Amino acid sequence: MAITKESDMHKSRFGRNLGLGLVLGGFVAIIFFLTVVKVTEGDPMQAFDHVVRTDYEAAQ
Amino acid sequence: MTDTNIDPQTSAFENEASFGDYIALLKPRVMSLVVFTALVGLVVAPVPVHPFVAAVSILFIAIGGGASGALNMWYDSDIDTIMKRTKGRPIPAGKITRGEAFGFGIALSAFACVLLGLASNFVAAGLLAFTIFFYAVVYTIWLKRSTPQNIVIGGAAGAFPPMIGWAVATGGVSVESVLLFMIIFMWTPPHFWALALFMNDDYTKAGVPMLPVTHGRRATRNHIFGYTLALAPFALGAAFTSIGGLFYLVVSVALNAWFIIGAYGLWRRADDAAADDNYKDERKFFKFSLLYLFLHFGALLVEAALKSNDLYGAITWP
Repeated sequence: MAITKESDMHKSRFGRNLGLGLVLGGFVAIIFFLTVVKVTEGDPMQAFDHVVRTDYEAAQ
Repeated sequence: MTDTNIDPQTSAFENEASFGDYIALLKPRVMSLVVFTALVGLVVAPVPVHPFVAAVSILFIAIGGGASGALNMWYDSDIDTIMKRTKGRPIPAGKITRGEAFGFGIALSAFACVLLGLASNFVAAGLLAFTIFFYAVVYTIWLKRSTPQNIVIGGAAGAFPPMIGWAVATGGVSVESVLLFMIIFMWTPPHFWALALFMNDDYTKAGVPMLPVTHGRRATRNHIFGYTLALAPFALGAAFTSIGGLFYLVVSVALNAWFIIGAYGLWRRADDAAADDNYKDERKFFKFSLLYLFLHFGALLVEAALKSNDLYGAITWP
């Protein structure tokens, strides 16, 4: 029997596929928001801006 | 076509695992205790954590705990088939194969540990990895079927979650988190032995050496009373650390007094009398033990709320 959209296999696996889809979607959302939180809550970062950093030099 | 016809297409898929069967493999009821105790460990810790990081960390701790449950079901599928309480689980019910459960457990374990490390810190992740190892290997594979002290040592696995929660916030281990660990560790034996007193038949059939099976009910009653006494100093001791306070002390004194009186009652009880009333007191003690743990950890949460809102006012506490 050809597997069609209406086959019993599709019907019986719908719940499982839906659940897995939601879990994967949730995982993407978690990683996204975790990244946002980590970046915004992290220690202040100092980028090199081609200017002499006197505080850094003094620490040396 | 008659009513007795069976569609072969339907019968081929009707016993397939549903999404819920995979969730059942994670032992959701055990998971709820893991979530609650880990949350308390995290909330009472002195270092604030961003709410999203906290929620995600608790989720990964729960997934790690669930993964160890799947590994337990993989290894124990032979005895799960025998015991009435467990024969409806996904592997004995034929919904999920042993291999699938093993792969699912291993993959989720690695996933939970790595992501907890990235979300919080690798001390917490290391503790989670050790917890999974302890439950799956030390308890399930090694001790459960070889010694009647199985649940004493195995109880350590259930005692780690508040310690992991604390480590998520602080990045380390301290006397407070060790006390949280000890409360659950010392509470586990009287809790499970009370259950084993009236669920004896299942364990006997499966050949699991529970204390009432190997050493008799008298010895089990002695052990329950002994552990209940040994538990009290740890539970009360937490009141005098940074996570405790007056409210917690009052709650803990009442609960420990109640618990010790209950255990003393079980200790004095003759087995014939217990069998006559279908282990009424043992069942009551088992139910109360759940409340004991829930109220202790709940009191710590209340204590944290009282302190953060400065509701103690002028009352000072050591």
